[in-house]
Amino acid sequence: MTVDSTAGLSRAEAEVAARSARRPPRRRPGIRGREAAAGWLFTAPVIVLIVLFLVIPILMAIWVSLSNWTGIGSPFSSNVKFVGTRNYRFLLTQDGLSRQNLMQSLRNNFYYVLFVVPLQTALALFLAVIVNRRRLAGRGFFRTAFYFPSVTSSVAIVIVFLFVFGGSGVVNALISKLGATGPDWFSQQAGIFHLGLDKIGVHKAPGVLANHAFLGQSWWEWLSGPSLAMLVLIILAVWTTAGTFMLMFLAALQGISADVEEAAVVDGATSWQRFWRVTLPMLRPTLFLVLTLGLISTWQTFDAQFILGATNPTVVTPAYLSYQTSFNNQQWGQGAAISFILFFIIIVLAAFQRWVLRDRDEAREKRMIRKQRRAAAAGRSS
Amino acid sequence: MNIRHSRIAVAALAAGLIAVTAACSSGGGFSSNSTPSSGTTGSGTLKVLIGSSGAAETAAVKAAAAAFTKQSGVKVEVTAAQNLTQQISQGMAANTPPDVFYLDTSSFQNYAKTGALYAYGDKVSNPNDFFPALKTAFTYNNHFYCAPKDWSTLGLVVNTDDWAKAGLSAADVPTTWDQLAAVAKKLTTGGRVGLTLDPTHSGIDEFLLQNGGTLISDDKKSAAFGSQQNIDALTYVKKLATEGSMKYPSALSAGWNGEAFGKNKAAMTIVGNWIDGAMKSDYPSVKYKVYELPAGPTGTKATNSFTNCWAIPAKSASQANAVKLVDFLTSVDQQMAFAKAFGVMPSRQSAKDQWTSAFGNDAAFLSQAANAHPDLALAGGAQAVSDYDAKLAQLATTDPKTILSSVQKNITAVIAQNG
Repeated sequence: MTVDSTAGLSRAEAEVAARSARRPPRRRPGIRGREAAAGWLFTAPVIVLIVLFLVIPILMAIWVSLSNWTGIGSPFSSNVKFVGTRNYRFLLTQDGLSRQNLMQSLRNNFYYVLFVVPLQTALALFLAVIVNRRRLAGRGFFRTAFYFPSVTSSVAIVIVFLFVFGGSGVVNALISKLGATGPDWFSQQAGIFHLGLDKIGVHKAPGVLANHAFLGQSWWEWLSGPSLAMLVLIILAVWTTAGTFMLMFLAALQGISADVEEAAVVDGATSWQRFWRVTLPMLRPTLFLVLTLGLISTWQTFDAQFILGATNPTVVTPAYLSYQTSFNNQQWGQGAAISFILFFIIIVLAAFQRWVLRDRDEAREKRMIRKQRRAAAAGRSS
Repeated sequence: MNIRHSRIAVAALAAGLIAVTAACSSGGGFSSNSTPSSGTTGSGTLKVLIGSSGAAETAAVKAAAAAFTKQSGVKVEVTAAQNLTQQISQGMAANTPPDVFYLDTSSFQNYAKTGALYAYGDKVSNPNDFFPALKTAFTYNNHFYCAPKDWSTLGLVVNTDDWAKAGLSAADVPTTWDQLAAVAKKLTTGGRVGLTLDPTHSGIDEFLLQNGGTLISDDKKSAAFGSQQNIDALTYVKKLATEGSMKYPSALSAGWNGEAFGKNKAAMTIVGNWIDGAMKSDYPSVKYKVYELPAGPTGTKATNSFTNCWAIPAKSASQANAVKLVDFLTSVDQQMAFAKAFGVMPSRQSAKDQWTSAFGNDAAFLSQAANAHPDLALAGGAQAVSDYDAKLAQLATTDPKTILSSVQKNITAVIAQNG
């Protein structure tokens, strides 16, 4: 560790020195003079595609979320009016069904993310470590088997789950073999925390939680946990996505040189210590990638809800609510506004996660460089 | 400096592209509240978009369209939609909606409100021949917009074997709520319940109406969900559930009430004539009969009804031809052809006798026509209605008054928003 940080320091110093030496020379035409133009030329097709199908639709959606567009004709025609933050106010500050639905969908999705992201990451890492073992027989088979759900169409999987968890499905048949009656999975609306409390004799909300509300939902409702229907979707998501992330972890694991592990063995580290102190820190970039992808995709989950038709309000997510609001209720402004609220949530969470998972050594280095630069600047000005 | 330059270039490029797309998409302003008195007279191919129930319906509509082309010389192109609601929305947004399409009653409210539809209802021959409940469903601001395609009402469907086994005779067919509760109780034996209901407003509102309650007024300006009649009606349904003689299909491991009835997990259900197709294909051995719904305590008869219309958009270039096509499709002969092809009920009163003699088993569905009320529909109300449905699904464990007062609050808010 000590060796490392001194090395970092000297590298930082070198960089500062190099930067101050690298004063931009006067530009002159030469053999590389046309590079910029060529670069633009070669990237132009992609830029045009991105602008046309990503940037412009996003800008149009921003306009729709601030307008009273009714879905008839172009949103830029003269009779579409700017309504400011009206759509956002309906969703965020005004007590009513719009806000209630959005908050319920955020609650549903929050529990979905809370369960899916850690479970899928842990399962993926676990599977990757197992499959990466050199002495495992039939490694190829397991790799394929674990990856299989990820390449299967989500429509097929959701429909299979509908049968498996149906009223007379396999799961309920197993439960009845054990002498209990299985629940009615997809129409259950009560949260699992509430169901659990009900089992231990808490049938009603304690007054403190029932009487205090936040954004139109009482604290008791916020703390409901996912419903059984959502729980099925959580299981589905973990099962289908773990394979993809396993592959990412596997690639990273194979990138770790055997020398490192051997060195740790020579130093007398147990296999447990080797995993936590050597392997896992080296997987940090992949872990960041997996968590970010997981976080984004779970906040945007839509397909399962779309296939289910989501008659159960406890499985509706903001992405699906945005679709419903726009297409079924013809409230395009509110639908677009929901998607931007979701966008904002994802950005904030991704930034937070980036901060939590930052490389602390690197951060220290950057701080050092900034400090030195300030000192140098102060020295020059005095 | 270089970077700044390129940023300006990108911004200019983006602005240019936006201008181009905006120009492409905003072809001509759209005046929202005008309802043109005389339609457009383009003569191009009529594009018809249908939400088909299956191959039989698609084939029947295509055959009818071909017959129309032969008669009038106007070309018609029929497409069965994958997702009707979404495809209509896309067509409307792009200013290229199909010339004629199926439209359900709740989407109708939205599109009529935004002025996207051509109000041609009174231009088809004999518009007063349509059943009154259907005319009401497609009237907005006193304009009769579009011709009802066909319709369904709810009837009491009874498994005749279960009925006989329970020692019941034809005289025991319930005509009052008390009798319904009594036979439902009697039929609840050995893992089977007496009655199953569609757990949404479509399957339960008829009880509210039978009790003399009202939901949303016909002019869509007021709502009265919280009335005592409605509370009492829901309390009656809840009592059937808590006594165990009524269960929702999901509790009987069925996807919908027809399936629970077909699997003989319930001896009776309240359902529309779409059950015939399911019984024929999935449960051919189950014998059943259809009766009129029982009347409420004060003798009020009521049933819920469901329909689609042949909508013509305000943006269509060939409205005159489209109206001719709809006129052809809603003629008595054509409606009878559709009834034979895929089992729907005609929307014209003049077809009633012909249909009743052809489909005697289903006569009870149509004999209730005078007591039919259009299904709940309100512009911008889809979410309020699905919230109502979600609450009805929990009826067995919720206070009816709580449900209805919250529905009243939500629906009133939508009405206020509509202005």
